[in-house]
Amino acid sequence: MSNRVNEEALPADYVIEDAWHKLAGTTPARIALGRAGAGLPTREVLRFALAHAQARDAVHTPFDSARMAGEIATLGFETVEIASAAPARDAYLRRPDLGRRLSEESRAMLRDRAGDPVDVAIVVADGLSSTAIHAQAVPFLTEFKARLAEGGWSVGPVAIASQARVALGDEAGELMKASAVVVLIGERPGLSSPDSLGLYLTFAPKAGRTDAERNCISNVRSEGLSHAHAAFKLAWLLREALARRLTGVALKDESDLLLVNGQPPAPRIA
Amino acid sequence: MPYRHVVGPHAYVFADLRELMAKATPIRSGDMLAGIAAASAEENVAARMCLAEVPLTAFLSEALVPYEDDEVTRLIIDTHDQVAFRPISHMTVGDFRDFLLSGVATSEVLSAIAPGVTPEMAAAVSKLMRNQDLIAVARKCRVVTKFRNTIGLPGTMAVRLQPNHPTDDPAGVTASILDGLLYGCGDAVIGINPASDSVPVLSELLKLIDGIIQRFDIPTQACVLTHVTTSTEVINRGVPVDLVFQSIAGTQAANASFGISLATLKEGREAALSLKRGTLGDNVMYFETGQGSALSANAHHGVDQQTLEARAYAVARPFSPLLVNTVVGFIGPEYLFDGKQIIRAGLEDHFCGKLMGVPLGCDVCYTNHAEADQDDMDTLMTLLGAAGVTYIMGIPGSDDVMLNYQSTSFHDQLYLREVLGLKRAPEFEAWLQRMGITGPDGRLKAHRGNHPLLAAAPELAA
Repeated sequence: MSNRVNEEALPADYVIEDAWHKLAGTTPARIALGRAGAGLPTREVLRFALAHAQARDAVHTPFDSARMAGEIATLGFETVEIASAAPARDAYLRRPDLGRRLSEESRAMLRDRAGDPVDVAIVVADGLSSTAIHAQAVPFLTEFKARLAEGGWSVGPVAIASQARVALGDEAGELMKASAVVVLIGERPGLSSPDSLGLYLTFAPKAGRTDAERNCISNVRSEGLSHAHAAFKLAWLLREALARRLTGVALKDESDLLLVNGQPPAPRIA
Repeated sequence: MPYRHVVGPHAYVFADLRELMAKATPIRSGDMLAGIAAASAEENVAARMCLAEVPLTAFLSEALVPYEDDEVTRLIIDTHDQVAFRPISHMTVGDFRDFLLSGVATSEVLSAIAPGVTPEMAAAVSKLMRNQDLIAVARKCRVVTKFRNTIGLPGTMAVRLQPNHPTDDPAGVTASILDGLLYGCGDAVIGINPASDSVPVLSELLKLIDGIIQRFDIPTQACVLTHVTTSTEVINRGVPVDLVFQSIAGTQAANASFGISLATLKEGREAALSLKRGTLGDNVMYFETGQGSALSANAHHGVDQQTLEARAYAVARPFSPLLVNTVVGFIGPEYLFDGKQIIRAGLEDHFCGKLMGVPLGCDVCYTNHAEADQDDMDTLMTLLGAAGVTYIMGIPGSDDVMLNYQSTSFHDQLYLREVLGLKRAPEFEAWLQRMGITGPDGRLKAHRGNHPLLAAAPELAA
């Protein structure tokens, strides 16, 4: 007797579907996926693999700081390229302390070119997602530039920072003689959000500031907080920070009180 | 006291037990970040050879974290069970490994000595063990806990149903809970990490989960994973709380960075006990831990991260927790760099916890900036299943859309049950059959589309 299953072809569909698809509309969680035996159906294994690949690429795609400097210059900002003390991505991931410090060259360069004190310094940092910065930095700065004009604040050059963590802005902001520093940084990519931008505001930046002394706006991306809304929030926090001379846990974001129908009011340009 | 070991022409000197332990640890990025790892592969093995000769009693006389400075050290030393320790008190660390692997160390013997095993002893012997040793010995350890069901029986593995949602939306949370229950998950706990820390939101989430448990008479427990002091406040407002949660670490200073002390944990436990909500037992605490947390809080005292992790289990032990889990790959590559380091750490943590008599589960997980992927998680969960892990996480499709990391899924636990024959907590297993979700063999039934759980979804979330 033969061990062959059958002369005839087996059915082609072994996926047991879950009959509660309509619940999936209530959550971004991956529910009602169906199964093949105990495993995921092929389509779900591949969908997950693609999301993970995009998140991995967001971490490891080289930061194109020259391109970013060029694009940001076209918005009318002066730019300068700086780097952390982490020589490469591998060292950056293993040694967070190196990503928080300027390289010797960048430190000397910022010191040499420092001019008059400014209200705010802007640092554009790759962080854990260069993808996020490539996609979000220019559209965000376009919105934020109008808010800077509205506030009448003086701005130093935009520092484009490679292999950088948030705290790099402390030393950079201090060298640029800024009353406050804004760090735009690529956030740790999630499976469903590889391109999310984070914004950190620190008053009186200097090396050694703690995270409790900053204000954070996270999840800036097309499916999250819009560029216009994020720029409005950041400007609100900046105004309060400069007036009250602090940032961090003592400064609560109450910008929502000024929203009109959930939207920020348009910037008033003097 | 310095320790010495000679390998050929090299005489290795280790200034104290703390340095010896750090250099004997299998290599990982967190100890390198702290600047305490062995400088070479040979030094690493020399330290292990030296450690193998150290008597277990040395850990009772030479504290790795100073007794005067640290209430966790004082807890370990002051409450050490000398009677339980006596049968192993003459052993070196190397002898201890051989004993644990031997047939003499039965489940009964291991349970008897557990209160005599300090975290430093457990960590020390783990450093001499290969992965298979960590699995073989942990598998013999029995730690059984109870609240509304029985967790930790031989041949079982429970699952925490983790229905997180980015905005704590009740309908979205309910959807993930129903998906998980229909996949046979939730016997460890239905436990949500809230996005919010506001007491009204947390209270609504607790009522939501409790409502589902009560309505369908599910033999399991609810938890909203928030700070212990917040849970205490919620209890004082009359909200139903089954388990009180807290993240804990292995030093007083690290715990202080979490805003807790041993006294805070005691208050939280007493508040939960006062509600008397457990039907089978009064294990009311749920703790989470993870290698690297003390270094991350700059509170590591120069001690290696794996030893400090075992000390977190000493913090958990006196509070008789229902569940403790190491969130092994969550912290990032600066502490555990890749799949190999995450897998090793998961097995070490599980072994140390079980040897100390703590009901250890594992959040088998990774972040997207670590050198790890789903294949590494498959390896670790399979090894932990073989090691008798108390429970794992169940997250829809492995993707936590609130915390942005990847853990084990509802499907993964089905896979483990298939390949390893693992059952659920017996009360929960019986409930699933009663509800027609699983058949008599414990496997999911094919057609659950018109299940009463689904029919109730709209009103559950209302």
